[in-house]
Amino acid sequence: MAIIVVDVMLKPEILDPQGKAVASALPRLGFSFATDVRQGKRFEITVDGEPTAAQLAEVEVAAEKLLSNPVIENFTVRVEK
Amino acid sequence: MKIGVVTFPGTLDDRDAARAVRFAGGEAVELWHDDAELKGVDAVILPGGFSYGDYLRCGAISRFSPIMEPLIAAAQGGMPLLGICNGFQVLAEAHLIPGALTRNQHLHFLCTDQPIRIENNNTAWTKSFSKDQEIVIPLKNGEGSYQCDDETLKMLEGEGRIIARYVGENPNGSRNLIAGITNERGNIVGLMPHPEHAIDSLTGPSADGLGFFTSVLTSLVSGGVK
Repeated sequence: MAIIVVDVMLKPEILDPQGKAVASALPRLGFSFATDVRQGKRFEITVDGEPTAAQLAEVEVAAEKLLSNPVIENFTVRVEK
Repeated sequence: MKIGVVTFPGTLDDRDAARAVRFAGGEAVELWHDDAELKGVDAVILPGGFSYGDYLRCGAISRFSPIMEPLIAAAQGGMPLLGICNGFQVLAEAHLIPGALTRNQHLHFLCTDQPIRIENNNTAWTKSFSKDQEIVIPLKNGEGSYQCDDETLKMLEGEGRIIARYVGENPNGSRNLIAGITNERGNIVGLMPHPEHAIDSLTGPSADGLGFFTSVLTSLVSGGVK
């Protein structure tokens, strides 16, 4: 069993009001480290055995078709060790 | 004239959309997300709501419903298609119109009577309005902020494809105050505010929304779109 992780983030030029809200909440709690926060989505996809190259290619297609909206989002695919 | 109204699991405004069609003088036909064909309708409305719970992204899962396959083909062939609110989000997810709808800039759910200006009255859904006519219809959404890249925005502006703009303060952070856009052919329209909730003064803030529904009937009678 392995887990394929797909991270989806809004493209840098797309406004992220949720990230901004988090960024402005941090200083209220006394955390002063952040100059910016962007919020995204993480998908953990479980497969049997070690993922094959073909499976990973399919995940890429699914990430582009369903898990992300390429108009506003970028994604990355990796296998969790 | 038969106007189909699609119900997805989680759709809210299908009944009002069907009522608006009947009010305008058309026949409303119920379409279910799981239907494989369009039952011979002449035009289709994707109404507002929270289809599939808005899971993943608004409209992202409904966009792959069985009904969408014949619907996308028909709309690409010129059949009039109006997406209101969640329906607009479905159109964007299906890439039938450019851009995307994102979380309101202020993060609050909006529910207000919103003035908008009809800037393109040459589409299948806006013919009944005069150019630059200002109307008031309800706006209610959590993710209604229209976003696209600069190039797309320039194209929409240049080709007159912004059919309606918010008047006054920007309610949700939409680029260039965009409330609605159309495809190149003018048969597909995505609109964030809700004309179906404003078809008579008894149940809405105005009767201004009725024009969208009379427009499509007029377009169909005059032999379709362009």
